[in-house]
Amino acid sequence: MALFADAFDALASLQQTLDSFRGSSWLTTGPSGSGGYPPMNVFRKGDDFILIAEVPGTQKSDLTVEVKGNTIRLAGTKAVNFPEKASLHRRERLAGRFDRAVTLPLEINADGVKAEFHDGVLALFLPRAERDKPKLVEVS
Amino acid sequence: MSEQTSRQMEGTMATAQDLAVRDKKELVTKEEKTVPGRYYVPHADIYETDEALSVVMEMPGVERKDLDIALENNVLRIDGRIDFTKYEGMEPVYTEYNVGHYARSFTLSNKVNQDTISAQLNDGVLTLTLPKVAEAQPRRISIG
Repeated sequence: MALFADAFDALASLQQTLDSFRGSSWLTTGPSGSGGYPPMNVFRKGDDFILIAEVPGTQKSDLTVEVKGNTIRLAGTKAVNFPEKASLHRRERLAGRFDRAVTLPLEINADGVKAEFHDGVLALFLPRAERDKPKLVEVS
Repeated sequence: MSEQTSRQMEGTMATAQDLAVRDKKELVTKEEKTVPGRYYVPHADIYETDEALSVVMEMPGVERKDLDIALENNVLRIDGRIDFTKYEGMEPVYTEYNVGHYARSFTLSNKVNQDTISAQLNDGVLTLTLPKVAEAQPRRISIG
């Protein structure tokens, strides 16, 4: 399903497409780690995959990304600080630590994994292992 | 133990320190948008010190240039837009959250000095500092 069939309502169609993949069983929980934070989305781009997770309020230095085989672990802490003597009027943001591991149903080239972190969004570029790529079979 | 039970146990045994996942809340406004697409309400903390009122909001994915902060008739309106052209050419295979713009507005009391509001955006978190006018700051009265 290609995104952006119509540029005018691009956002609406992106949101609809994302909704329709909610709860797909493509990604499974890894053997280590716990919890479902941070929430993540996985996209396919050509042969490769991109995993995006939202971790607002976590600093780059507080974030650990590990890749082993086809398992990816995201761990870190998120701090919410208030100055001393402040009175709190509203408290909606959550703070704490997280440790999540997920297993991809494909082989990735762990050495080629690249991570980008901007504005509280972590993007992992996961190149598919060469030997895992589908081979075109010529019909003779 | 089945996978489901073990997951439930894990849930109940999770410490208060562990972060929970919350679904994004869709924005409901009196005015309707004319462009299609959903807006979300950013999670916010509001706290007050002697000098200022601070509003801290989580808007992951919003860049500095796509953030609008407007003050009109005592209403502070924050509008953060996502650059979703980054998703072009990508096909989802698994999703847990949706992406959308963020918007939230607050009615300010007259104790805020509306000319000196400052904003900072770090790691997807927007911090607005609204200094109080001098009259609203507490004064210590010494007993003579």
